[in-house]
Parts: sequence; structure tokens; C-alpha cells
Amino acid sequence: MALSKRKRAQVFRGAQYGLLVLVVLVVALVADWGEIKRAFFNLDIAASMFPGVITIALKNTIVYTALGFGFGLALGLVLALMKLSSVAPYRWIATIYIEFFRGVPALLVFIALSFGVPLAFQLQFDIYSTVMLALGIVGAAYMAETIRAGLQAVPKGQVEAARSLGMSQGRAMISIVIPQAFRIVLPPLTNELILLTKDSSLIYIIGLARDQYELTKFGRETLSRSPSLTPILVVGLCYLIITLPLGYLSRYLERRTGGKKVSSPESTGLGVSA
Amino acid sequence: MTGSTGSTAVEITGLKKSFGDLEVLRDIDLVVQRGEVVCIIGPSGSGKSTMLRCVNLLEEPTGGKIVVEGVELTDPDVDIDAARRRIGMVFQSFNLFSHLRVLDNLTIAQRKVLKRGKAEAEEVALRNLERVGLLDKAHALPGQLSGGQQQRVAIARALSMDPEVMLFDEPTSALDPELVGDVLAVMRQLADEGMTMLVVTHEMQFAREVADKVLFMDGGYVVEQGPAERVIGDPQHERTKTFLARVLNPNHLGTDA
Repeated sequence: MALSKRKRAQVFRGAQYGLLVLVVLVVALVADWGEIKRAFFNLDIAASMFPGVITIALKNTIVYTALGFGFGLALGLVLALMKLSSVAPYRWIATIYIEFFRGVPALLVFIALSFGVPLAFQLQFDIYSTVMLALGIVGAAYMAETIRAGLQAVPKGQVEAARSLGMSQGRAMISIVIPQAFRIVLPPLTNELILLTKDSSLIYIIGLARDQYELTKFGRETLSRSPSLTPILVVGLCYLIITLPLGYLSRYLERRTGGKKVSSPESTGLGVSA
Repeated sequence: MTGSTGSTAVEITGLKKSFGDLEVLRDIDLVVQRGEVVCIIGPSGSGKSTMLRCVNLLEEPTGGKIVVEGVELTDPDVDIDAARRRIGMVFQSFNLFSHLRVLDNLTIAQRKVLKRGKAEAEEVALRNLERVGLLDKAHALPGQLSGGQQQRVAIARALSMDPEVMLFDEPTSALDPELVGDVLAVMRQLADEGMTMLVVTHEMQFAREVADKVLFMDGGYVVEQGPAERVIGDPQHERTKTFLARVLNPNHLGTDA
């Protein structure tokens, strides 16, 4: 029998819904709901985590992330400017830095900073410095590439206008190019902030006192004293308190900059037009 | 046509410019007196925009000498930022700072470059916005303005630096036809006030009525220059005649080449 194209599409879509219903049914029937409830939804254990999970763990996660992001943003901007520098060694250094720290796991950087650097340089970092440096060093590698792309996305005419008004190269960069570049890269930078929020959990490696716990460490600590995985679910939801609004913010900013024209019409493009 | 004091504002001698192997300007000489309005016309690719952009060193000349208000810009040790303060530039694509409101577009260079105070800078800015008829747009963002309004803001921005020479690089080419008139009116008023102006344009009517001198460029040379009525009204060179016939009579047969 030869079905028409339209009929075949209908049958195919019906089969997809059928498969979905089947999988949901099998999972619902096979799963041991009582066990799942005990494992993940133990309300007593969840209640015992408050208020510490908010006042200590969530607060520390936010503080650690903010420190790392702030430092990473500053370092990332410097690296981006180095990558666009006319001095070749600056470009090489920035490229090597970015390739290296994008390529190694963040955990290695945390370990190096907590144990290696203090030994090698006779320096002792407190926890805030460690988390700021470690998260910042890794984050900067990603942010540098994003910021560089943003700087290059600012139309050339903006710099020409600034220079014709008598601004120096540096002044044009500070007053005109960087502010516009940051508007362009705000959405991807927000995503970067989300990634750093999760990476802040790696600070556990240096060994934390209770009032230094961030979310993941707090969850694992509670876990070790309870017969249920509920703590993991609770701290997981706490991460969502941070990351979901950031995700919305990122998409909102993307819509806003995407919808409105960032640049003036650049009809001539390169300055070669005569 | 006013205020020609007899002293030289811009002097270009033997100007050459190449992009790689491409010779865009071959040998340009031009003298502009203070208060003079010079229109530069010619087909696209003739080098007229490049020539204009050399006058404030947005393009680095390959050879030759450019002197603006007594300062030799082609001197390697010149303070180019200081020299550019006295040369206003208006672009085809406006190039307003898109992240700043109109008023801040006009004050930022005054404050950061001329080190004027906030109050003085804003006073100057508002005076110039009034000159171009856009006082009510002081707090708008560039993206909220029409092309013609943006270009008038760009003119006001350049004027806020109190320039001695103004350069216009095809200021009306990116505009919808019905918006061209407003911008030309502002430029005409500026010319009447005695501003020294170099204007690259395709607006022959404007050139004929406002320019003291018209330059016709083609292939990197100045083919013909002289008073507007002569160059546009009675061109001597064959290439000038062909170009003007096409521009002034675009619907005429034989304009396809």
C-alpha cells in the first residue's frame, strides 16, 4: 500500500507520541516509588538542612563565584586586549594562556593553587584568595575569547569617529569601544557566570571549615550523616535558585541586543571606498 | 562665500596613497583658503573619500605633504590627536556613539579631550544641537533617530569641538531622499557662517550653489578644478562631461557603462 506523504508524516508523528507514552509507563511501573521517596524526598532531613544551607552554603557559593567572576573578568579583559595588541609577544602570551587554561580541568588549577603555589612561592592564600584566583584564572581564559570577539564586533566607524574628535587610541578604547563591546558580550558573559557558579564547588579540595562550606560540600557533609540522598536534591535546587534567573537574564539580554541595532548602518564598510 | 581672509586653511602637495599595489591617489595638489567651501565630486573609486580621509590622517598618506592651519600633519612627530581636534569630520554612516545619548555624544570628547567642565560642555552641546534644529532630541539614543537626524547630530558633535575646518564624507549618501534636504540645509547654513569646508558629495545642486570651488577627481587624479559654475556648468574635460551627463541626467540612454 502506498501512503501519501502527508499520511506517512501523520503515522510517524503518532509513533513518536506512542513511544513516549510507552517509556513513561514502563518507568512508572518499574520504579519503586516508596524507595525513591525515601531516597530523595525525606522532608525531615531536608528541614534539618535549613537555615544553614541558605545562610552558609548558598551565601558562600555566591560570594566565591562573585570573587572569581570579578577577577576573571578583569584578567579576561587584559588578555583580550593583549590578544589584539600590536606587540606580538603579548599576543603569544595571551594565546598560550588561553589555550592552556581552557584545556586543563579547573580542579587541577584549584589543586595547584592550594598546594603547589604555597609550597613553591612561600605564599599562604586564605580561602577567598584561593577561590578568587583559581576560578578567575580559569574563567579568564574563556572570557578573554568572548571579550575579544566583542571588541572586534564594535564597528570600525566608532573608533574613526572617536579619533577624529581628537581622542587618543587608548581614550577611544576606554570611552567608546569597551563600553560597547560589553553590551555585545553581556549574554555570553552571563553564561560564563553560570558555569563559574558550578565550578565554585571545586574549592572543597582545599578542605573547608563548616562556615566556609559552599553548596556541594554542604550537601555532601549532610549526606554523610543521613541515610538519604535528599541533601543532594536540596543543594541541587539551591544551585537552580542562582542559575535559572541568570539563564533568563542572559536570554533577555540577548533578545534586547539582538532586537535593537547595536551599530550604526555601516554601508561603506572598509575605508577603501573612495 | 563669506569671510575669505586670504590665508590658507588646508594645503595639500603631491599627495599619494596606495593600498598595497593599488594606487588610489596619484598626485594631488589642493589649496583651500579660510572660509572656502570646496566640493569634491567624481565617480566611485576615484579616490575622493580617501583624499578627504587623508586630511585628518584617518588614512596615512604614502607620500606628499598635508598642512592644516599651519600644522604639518605628515610630519612623523606631529601630535595627531591635537591636530584632529581642530578638524571636524562627518561620515557617510554617521558613526554616532551608539551607547551614548545624543547629549553625551556631543560632550564626551569636549570633556575627555578638551577637558571642559560638565556645565560648559553641555552648554556648548545644547547650543550646537539648537543650530542643527534638534534641541528636543538631547536625551534620545542614536538608534531612536532617523538617518537625517543622526547626521545632523553628527555635525553638531563635530562643531562642539570648535573646529577650524570641517570635512564631510558623502554626508547624505546613506539617507533616504526625503531626509537629504535637512542635512544640506544645515551644511549650507554652516557655509554661510564662514566655516572652511571640504565636502565629498554627489549632490550637484548643492555643489553648484554652495561651493566656492569644485574638484572633479577620477582615477586618483584631480582632473579639473575651479569655480562651481565652470566645472559643473561648463566642464572642459571629456571625463568630467561624461560623468556630469550621467549624474545630472541619470535616465538618459547610454548611462549603463
